[in-house]
Amino acid sequence: MQARRIEVATLEDPMEALFDRGWTDGLPVVPPTEARVLRMLEGTTRSPQDVVAVVPPDLAECTVEKAAINAVMAGCLPEYFPVVLTALEAICTDQFNMHGVLATTMSVGPIFVVNGPITERIGMNSGVNVLGHGYRANSTIGRAVQLIVRNLGGGAPGGIDRATLGHMGKQGFCFAEAPSAWTSLAQEEGFTAQQNTVTAFAGEGPRLLFDQQSRSPESLVRMLADGLRSTVSSRMVMGIDAMLVLSPEHLSRFVDAGWDRSRFLTELSELLVIDADDIIVGAHGIDEGIPTGFAGLQLPKFRPDGLLVVHAGGAAGLFSAIIGGWVNGNTGSDPVTKEIQL
Amino acid sequence: MTQNLNAVMLDPTAENQPEQRPLCDRPATLQGLTVGLLDISKPRGNVFLDHLETLLSDQGAEVRRYVKPTFAKPAPVDLRHEIATSCHAVIEALAD
Repeated sequence: MQARRIEVATLEDPMEALFDRGWTDGLPVVPPTEARVLRMLEGTTRSPQDVVAVVPPDLAECTVEKAAINAVMAGCLPEYFPVVLTALEAICTDQFNMHGVLATTMSVGPIFVVNGPITERIGMNSGVNVLGHGYRANSTIGRAVQLIVRNLGGGAPGGIDRATLGHMGKQGFCFAEAPSAWTSLAQEEGFTAQQNTVTAFAGEGPRLLFDQQSRSPESLVRMLADGLRSTVSSRMVMGIDAMLVLSPEHLSRFVDAGWDRSRFLTELSELLVIDADDIIVGAHGIDEGIPTGFAGLQLPKFRPDGLLVVHAGGAAGLFSAIIGGWVNGNTGSDPVTKEIQL
Repeated sequence: MTQNLNAVMLDPTAENQPEQRPLCDRPATLQGLTVGLLDISKPRGNVFLDHLETLLSDQGAEVRRYVKPTFAKPAPVDLRHEIATSCHAVIEALAD
């Protein structure tokens, strides 16, 4: 290992020494000793000096060793490490544009969805409280990536991270998709159910979509569309993607009626056509809006493939969640799915 | 006292040692200087830069206008190079 050694005085508290150097995200981190980093490196077959990615904003080369140091600090187990490396590769692409996701004043951060057999093997949660806390793999994988962006890339809040509000998911937001009768997010991207993948999405915090009374798919899809219209802003169309997390009970309304993912998305997109007259500048006394040149048009809320549907959550509860995105396409960030190299 | 088991840790940073460069001297006059105005493509940034162009031109500066393809990404290397090699000073505008 080639990283600089940092000696802590006998009477100095290593936890405080790490805070003092600005190397934490505000919560305590595990001191990255040689023994712990060596153990982390056993989680991958990659050489410690392999460069995993060039990390913004400083465009610093991150070696496997440096990633391992930060993964230790985040609290990862070695078996999580391949997921950390792939998640890091995914965000450090032109397509994902981590520099912009970091520097924007909007409240977004990298969100990771993991698919494949590895999720069960490393104990990832896709069930109860899936978008919350309490599960080590979920809590630490995204955190490791964010610590790398902070410590190695130089992207700390108040520095290059200019988020006006931010959200707690920026501490590390990672979860597994639950198997279902529908094709998974990764399968939609062309991977098989047996491939292990990470999808990176630039998103805000999740918002609940509540519907406890719909029993038919026709009713529930209308209610979901109603909630989705205001994703990020009711005045915004096509320029921002979103991730819809369907819970098992909500999903069952569609599966039981014979709807597959494709039918669901078709029905939903037909309900998500917005009358431009309602959202142009000045409409209904609101100055925010799309240019008046769009008047008279019918516009889709999301661009084609701009709504990512994921199945996860506890078995009981008639709620789903929407995670709004950031500027999409070449001018912003596109979701990236990569296969995990074990 | 028991031995501090965390006594030696590994550095999680890039261990960068950036080259220190002093700021350029402030020009005494704008007369005859070329000033680049970089619009980052945020709405209404051009309104601010139009005002600046007028003010700078009145003071004898030659103004050149540049535009980033998108505010969401760093300026391309070629654009930065062009500005650096053809301007004495640059003003970057952020607006909404």
